[in-house]
Amino acid sequence: MQILGLYNYWIFIVLMMCGFYVVISRGNLVKKLVGLNIFQTSVFILYISMGKIIGGTAPIAVDQDVVYSNPIPHVLILTAIVVGIATTSLGLALVVRINEAYGTIEEDEIHAQSEEEAL
Amino acid sequence: MIDHLPALQVVIPLIAAPLSALFRPGRAVWLLAMTACGLSLLIAILLLNQVLTQHVISYPMGSWPAPWGIEYRIDAANAFMLLIVSGIGTIVMAFARPIVEQRIRLPEYKQPWFYTAYLLCLTGLLGIVITGDAFNVFVFLEISSLSSYALISLGRDRRALTASYQYLIMGTIGATFILIGIGLLYVMTGTLNMMDLAERIPAVADTRTIRAAFAFLTIGVSLKLALFPLHLWLPNAYAYAPSAVTAFLAATATKVAVYVLLRFFFTIFGVNFSFETMRLDLVLLPLALVGIFSASVVAIFQNNVKRMLAYSSVAQIGYMILGISLVSVTGVTAAISHLFNHALMKGALFMALGCISFRIGTVQLDRIAGVGRAMPWTMGAFVVGGLSLIGVPLTAGFVSKWYLIVGALEKSWWPVAVLVLVTSLLAVIYIWRVVEAAYFKPAPEGRVVHEAPLALLIPTWTLVLANLYFGLDTSLNAGVARTAAEMLLSVGH
Amino acid sequence: MRQYPIPRLVTKLLLPLILLFALYVQFHGDYGPGGGFQAGVIFGAGFILYALIYGLDEARRILPPWLLRIGVSLGVLIYAGVGVTGLLLGGNYLDYGVLDSHDPVHGQHLGILLVELGVGITVSAVMVTIFYAFAGRGR
Repeated sequence: MQILGLYNYWIFIVLMMCGFYVVISRGNLVKKLVGLNIFQTSVFILYISMGKIIGGTAPIAVDQDVVYSNPIPHVLILTAIVVGIATTSLGLALVVRINEAYGTIEEDEIHAQSEEEAL
Repeated sequence: MIDHLPALQVVIPLIAAPLSALFRPGRAVWLLAMTACGLSLLIAILLLNQVLTQHVISYPMGSWPAPWGIEYRIDAANAFMLLIVSGIGTIVMAFARPIVEQRIRLPEYKQPWFYTAYLLCLTGLLGIVITGDAFNVFVFLEISSLSSYALISLGRDRRALTASYQYLIMGTIGATFILIGIGLLYVMTGTLNMMDLAERIPAVADTRTIRAAFAFLTIGVSLKLALFPLHLWLPNAYAYAPSAVTAFLAATATKVAVYVLLRFFFTIFGVNFSFETMRLDLVLLPLALVGIFSASVVAIFQNNVKRMLAYSSVAQIGYMILGISLVSVTGVTAAISHLFNHALMKGALFMALGCISFRIGTVQLDRIAGVGRAMPWTMGAFVVGGLSLIGVPLTAGFVSKWYLIVGALEKSWWPVAVLVLVTSLLAVIYIWRVVEAAYFKPAPEGRVVHEAPLALLIPTWTLVLANLYFGLDTSLNAGVARTAAEMLLSVGH
Repeated sequence: MRQYPIPRLVTKLLLPLILLFALYVQFHGDYGPGGGFQAGVIFGAGFILYALIYGLDEARRILPPWLLRIGVSLGVLIYAGVGVTGLLLGGNYLDYGVLDSHDPVHGQHLGILLVELGVGITVSAVMVTIFYAFAGRGR
């Protein structure tokens, strides 16, 4: 039961590996970015899981004592989300420029063109 | 104001970056960026002086006391790194203006954005070094990485775009691994402050979570510092980026990653855990040796000089990791000293290449024939930088190689010492190929090449002279490095 | 989109509410969930919706690129400026407590409000800039 009880960590691992696999296996530059995004998003789940307390509420100051989730991981991951947006948009901007320069976004075709250039 | 120097170190380039985006292209925006770089160099010098004469400086951001708030913590190791980063940042900025105006792929009205990205990159690198908070390292790492992807993609060759994309993928994977590692540390200790982490980790060190965190951090940082065999992004990124960007990144970005490695393994995890429980040295040592040897050999066969030096950078990073894997005061001194010396020599070499490509538009070996006579000062700078890279006595490069060999002999690792010497000979070969092409091959007929403009030569020669000066006066690159190494090694005990 | 009256009408109705909600998230961030990042994204999304329905040229007329360029820088400068003000008033960098000489708690409210405002301006400007950059490519 303990293994199933940690299901959010399992989701983290599965998502992380899916994302990583897509980054490695796909030759399409946009698909690689999609994989990278999944990979980054999985880490958000890791951070949010570790701040969660079962039965805890949102950490807003009220008068009586309540159990609340740790807000710090949420704040940290807000920063990481912003970093993720910046990375994705920069990556997509590069893909647009690559498409303009090479006329394709398939890695092997770009590679072939670069090889020709080097010769 | 002197108390606030740690904050100003990061804040001055941070403010100058958005300001320069508001400027029109021209001299004014460069002057603004130059002033910001100069001020941060000045602050770095003052901070180093303060650390060496007094003690560790701790600066709580927003007056929230550590370990709850973010603390900037400066000791001998990172004060030294601040000096390297801001010094190179300033000199390359002095070099950058003609490159920005003529050699990058940006429409004129967007030129101020180059300075914005450059200053943000500097902010990020300085921030990584100065902060005492583990998560802050990640944030600044991403600031510097994102701006460096943008800077690399500005190269004129279209392959700069694919190089930048490749670096973006690898760099993001590395940074995400670091993020996971920091998260796992936070799970086990409930803190992000480095000093606090160092105190709390020993109690929980024997858990799978901490070991996993250690592994994630090792891989993540190794990707960032281009440790063999995770270096694949580096040669293309350095070869196709604009030369000012290459000089800046080659001299600072990977060095800062090496510093992060030192900080995490020596200060946070502690020497005992990193090198006696986890035996990290057994992993680093072979990778460093294979990396030095294979990258040096590959460098010999490159026809693009920038790419050749990029492979040489991979080899040089191997020397630093070799020094770290010796886990002795001499070894770590060699590593830290090589951080400084390598920044000087690679900065000088890439800037000399920048002068050549500024005049003839390429740095292919067959195209630089005869450049030696047409551009004597530029090639002179290249030769001195090359000698320093090889490690000839009286140059800065000799100092760190010397410590490295002494460190290896202290452990009576004869083969390692021999390998360091042999790979220095490999460096002779690839530097000689450039010298031969430039001096002993006739220039193509009908080509008239002029010496590079003074605006490029003066910064280049500043670094070249620094190479010679620090080869003679080793109080900074060996003395301070030793203080830093002793500090790092004693923290864990 | 000229021939589709329903999306155009719905956008016209929704847009003020979206922008108002963005402002609520922005300024209620002191007391409840919210803050500059979220508000900036909502604000930016409102404009992106407008640009999608009414066309890029129309959106550029209302929110011209030069204004965005200033917005991107201005937000960061507000953030850094608040930090430096703390320095000048005798506290540490980003010390909000010294912003109000009588009551540090007031100072902290003011400080976080201004910093989040800076974040909000930069994030919304960046979001729209990214959209313009992609949408304007290849025309």
